[in-house]
Amino acid sequence: MSGVRVLVGTRKGAFILTSDGKREKWDVAGPHFGGWELYHLKGSPADPNRLYASQTSGWFGQLIQRSNDAGKTWEPVGNKFVYDGIPGTHQWYDGTPHPWEFKRVWHLEPSLTDPDTVYAGIEDAALFRSTDGGQNWEELSGLRGHGTGPRWSPGAGGMCLHTILLDPTVPGRMFIAISAAGAFRSDDAGKTWLPINKGLNSQFLPDPTAEVGHCVHRIAMHKSRPGVLFMQKHWDVMRSDNAGDSWTEVSGNLPTDFGFVIDVHAHEPETIYVVPIKSDSEHYPIDGKLRVYRSRTGGNEWQELSKGLPQRDCYVNVLRDAMAVDSLDKCGVYFGTTGGQVYCSSDAGDSWTPIVRDLPAVVSVEVQTLP
Amino acid sequence: MTIAKIRVELPAHLRTLARVGTEITLDVTLNAEGRVTPRAILDALEAAYPMLCGTIRDHVTHKRRAFLRFFACAEDWSHESPDVALPDEVRSGKEPFLIIGAIAGG
Repeated sequence: MSGVRVLVGTRKGAFILTSDGKREKWDVAGPHFGGWELYHLKGSPADPNRLYASQTSGWFGQLIQRSNDAGKTWEPVGNKFVYDGIPGTHQWYDGTPHPWEFKRVWHLEPSLTDPDTVYAGIEDAALFRSTDGGQNWEELSGLRGHGTGPRWSPGAGGMCLHTILLDPTVPGRMFIAISAAGAFRSDDAGKTWLPINKGLNSQFLPDPTAEVGHCVHRIAMHKSRPGVLFMQKHWDVMRSDNAGDSWTEVSGNLPTDFGFVIDVHAHEPETIYVVPIKSDSEHYPIDGKLRVYRSRTGGNEWQELSKGLPQRDCYVNVLRDAMAVDSLDKCGVYFGTTGGQVYCSSDAGDSWTPIVRDLPAVVSVEVQTLP
Repeated sequence: MTIAKIRVELPAHLRTLARVGTEITLDVTLNAEGRVTPRAILDALEAAYPMLCGTIRDHVTHKRRAFLRFFACAEDWSHESPDVALPDEVRSGKEPFLIIGAIAGG
């Protein structure tokens, strides 16, 4: 029978949750790297036993860990992230020039075809790649260097490159998103880049429709339609049908369109999920009710999903990398909260159960569907 | 080139990372005056345990990470030059060189 492996990054370690295809009974392994912030773990689509993890700490800095046995054992690999050339400056919170400084790896995205190739999104925002299993990292400096970099500025959580999407159908095409710079696309495997923020409107900017400066929280796509992108922004849920060349708002009837996560049903490219959060200054659900919203029309028409989720006194947040889907039938949807819960729906969101309740604050959730 | 055996204590997380116990002993090259320096100790430490590279000092600048401190013989050596001569008690092995994580909240 098929199964799932849920990779959970938390403020105090990593946890690996496994179950069979029923997704009813779970084994919980961890904490791995107890006491460290595990910003992200992800498995290689080319070799599901190959996992990568971003392990970070204010005291000891950044480590990258690699597993070849699905997380049973780990080894530290390369942790040297050096900006290419003279990094220059970006905007600081007060608009003054601020030097680029490496802080941590926010997101690891293994290649679709090679287990030894992996991309890293870092803070201060830049894109790195390793082709030797994480031993050595090289900046894809065309992103920072394409011209708009000096105008990027940090969001409240830092200036982070938090999302990397690899197009499975168009060779060399990839998308990234940065808080608070926006979304960007490359059509040549990361050598050159262009901003793809036309149609975004951010009232906090002096020019609300500026080319860059938007605080994009997350972008998502379905592998069968990589030209269709969905975005959860700092306010607004957006959609593009032309690989990011333009965006339209699809917030529709959401109770609030602020939030961090967005993801797509594994088998239904027009079915998307968000977790509405009250506001940019109140990072918790409205009225203390934790609810996921699902649209089966690619946005605009949203349905509340709350069965099994706490509907009172719940003031957790769901961070941008903390939602994922499996590809079983029915599609499983997972998300983790800053309160330490990881929820699973084995029926595409109709109902939810907690896998675990008392982990440290969850930073990221990824899911591997096992044969 | 004169080598001395220097005792070093690591903070808990780095002991776990390097898979070592509370105290380790390193072969450290002494300077021209026959003294041991923080830089030489860290060079030897990172050579023996490469997974510690970048966790105590920056990869490129070798600047001490802000939340780590260096102690020896009950003195704080964190703000001294990395080439300062440490006490003879460290060189002789009577006292260890301590790498300590700042005891900040959280």
